[in-house]
Amino acid sequence: MAGPAIALILVFVIAPFFLAVGFSFTNQRLVSPNPAEFTGLSNYRQLLGMGVLHLDPLKDAAGAVVLDDQGQPKLPELRKITRKNPDYPQFDGMREWFSWASGEGRTYVLACDVVFMTAIINTFIFVLVVAPLQGGLALGLALLINQRLRGINVFRAIYFMPVVVSIVVVSLLWSFIYDQREGILNNLLSALSFGTMPRVDWLGNPSTALGAIIFMSVWQAVGFHMVIWLSGLQTISPTLYEAGAIEGASKWQTFRYITWPGLRNTAVLVLVVITMQAFGLFSQIDVMTKGGPLDSTQTIVFQAIQRGYGKQDISAGSAISVILFVIVLSVSLIQRYLTREKA
Amino acid sequence: MKHLKWSVAAVALIGWGTLASATETLTMWYHGAGNEVESKIINQIITDFNASQADYAVELQSFPQAAYNDSVTAGALAGNLPDILDVDGPNMPNWAWAGYMQPLTIDESKIATFLPGTKGMYNGKLYSIGLWDAAISLVTRKSTLEALSLRTPTLEQPWTAEEFEAALKAAKDSGKYKYALDLGMAWKGEWYPYAFSPFLQSFGGDIVDRTTYASAEGALNGDAAQAWGKWWQHLFTDGYAQADQDGADRDNGFGAGEYAFSWNGNWAALGALKAFDDTLFLPAPDFGKGPKIGAASWQFGVSAKSAHPEGAAKFIEFALQDKYLADFSNGIGLIPATPSAAALVDNYKEGGPLAVFFGLSNAQGTLRPVTPGYVVQAKVFEKAANDIAHGANVAATLDAAVDEIDADITKNNGYAAQ
Repeated sequence: MAGPAIALILVFVIAPFFLAVGFSFTNQRLVSPNPAEFTGLSNYRQLLGMGVLHLDPLKDAAGAVVLDDQGQPKLPELRKITRKNPDYPQFDGMREWFSWASGEGRTYVLACDVVFMTAIINTFIFVLVVAPLQGGLALGLALLINQRLRGINVFRAIYFMPVVVSIVVVSLLWSFIYDQREGILNNLLSALSFGTMPRVDWLGNPSTALGAIIFMSVWQAVGFHMVIWLSGLQTISPTLYEAGAIEGASKWQTFRYITWPGLRNTAVLVLVVITMQAFGLFSQIDVMTKGGPLDSTQTIVFQAIQRGYGKQDISAGSAISVILFVIVLSVSLIQRYLTREKA
Repeated sequence: MKHLKWSVAAVALIGWGTLASATETLTMWYHGAGNEVESKIINQIITDFNASQADYAVELQSFPQAAYNDSVTAGALAGNLPDILDVDGPNMPNWAWAGYMQPLTIDESKIATFLPGTKGMYNGKLYSIGLWDAAISLVTRKSTLEALSLRTPTLEQPWTAEEFEAALKAAKDSGKYKYALDLGMAWKGEWYPYAFSPFLQSFGGDIVDRTTYASAEGALNGDAAQAWGKWWQHLFTDGYAQADQDGADRDNGFGAGEYAFSWNGNWAALGALKAFDDTLFLPAPDFGKGPKIGAASWQFGVSAKSAHPEGAAKFIEFALQDKYLADFSNGIGLIPATPSAAALVDNYKEGGPLAVFFGLSNAQGTLRPVTPGYVVQAKVFEKAANDIAHGANVAATLDAAVDEIDADITKNNGYAAQ
């Protein structure tokens, strides 16, 4: 009976997974007349290579620090060191990821692939904000609609609606909402502030783009998790609530000692599902920002597809997928450990 | 009704084809699905060709443009390519290198008068030929030039970098425009290398070193490229252009008078003329190494797996007749590939409203790098241009772009021809 399902899973899930692991150790291309060659860990080195470099200010012949136009100590040019400099082969091809002033000079953290590093950081920010926010909001909504009111199904339908609409359509709609000139969000804010609030280019500004996508993503999927919470709520026996009411428990006490313990397993499920979905952030990015402006919305999956397909570098795309797999697996294991049933 | 008629015709053709055993069927893939005018013209050519001889019968399969390249890649991986392929000019070397296409053997005298941008040459061989080209111009109004007291540049004497700068400054200082220049930043993708890399080439830089195609070092991060990067960035930091533009502004902004100048293609020219009678199409400014605009559009070629390359070439040769070139130009506004075809098109004949584009394409058209690596290099350039527009450090961004291009070339063994 399970035969067809197992065959499908083998062909479309298991086999591609092992192929990806295999490809990540080669220079496999999407389009190429050349046969793929085994290249060992070079894809991983290229993605994850890092280095730390401290630069001291330049000194003139007398040993005094040379100052630049702004009166700041002048440092040697970084690109002279990282570009084909035989004295520093370990930094060849690296770029500044971030740096800070230390002593008289500056300490640089260099990375082979700054864009990928940025993508990892952005993805983690997204997960860390979305997981608690979406889970919490969904629980709030579930509590609100878990009442016997006339027409409550209308509200359930409204909250659930964004989930049913394709994420691509939702992303397109939200890019209109976020538009600087005609966008409804700017119109609303400017009307509420009597025109004192400047119109923000939400998706075009590096400091607001990721936030805008987080907000929209939370809104879009919150209904889905609301339904899961709701199913959890409805498994809690009404007799517990009746007992609580007889004992004179306050609303908070009811929630804290009856509802929340009853939702334990649901909470674990919601947390794990949101985390895994959030790590896969792609469609919103592809439709709304393409990773820009200035890499502020690069994500791991977007980079995997951008490279594997757009730049025809299947091996690098595969390596990114493997790295993502390891990240998600470790995070899930940590979550499992933290939420385990304590004996 | 029309569809019915076509299906009847197709069924009749297929039936006839199976009866007459000498007729070989050639399949053709085309990128214009969804465009009714385009489909009609290409179908007309096929019908005429099939009726003109008895050896071959061409069958058309159309794809939406957005999915076309993916379909070819997928078809090639599955070993399922048609006989006749339609290819976007800059992609051709990649497909030729990958073994999707074979050299096209047609009589050279037939294409002697074709615009340079329509000939897809790779490794000294012709692989593809276009029935049309596209060109970009600096769109403005005569009244704008007069109000800002600017000289009207000509093909012989385009604006210099200083004149262009002064024009932008004058437009900005006039306070009449939202932005002086509409670059079309809303159009992501191939538009960036197509429209903006000619600026870089006019500065003396390039996306890759074309003498060897082995590295971008020096070409994309040398002094000329750094100068281009600083100029490009100042357009945005000084408020001459916007780094983020929405599609509606791109499509309607010039017509609504929001921009003094618009960097746009011939396909948008009729709209601009409709908006203002005194619309002018100016040549690209010269930043030192000559004025340049992008060249090469969609072209036809023969797939490597075709069992009847001579038949496919025969069809392509048949399609190169002036009347079909004129049909495409009349139908979708593209620049006809030959002067004699241009003479048949009201928009492009001497004195026609768009005739200037024929001259622009001929005089300023510059091919994007002719290398299989272009597919990747285009994406790297797009990101670099976009990052610099958003204020990224010019030198570091160009260095990173060079590294990425060089790494890709190395990974592909220098894209050596097979």
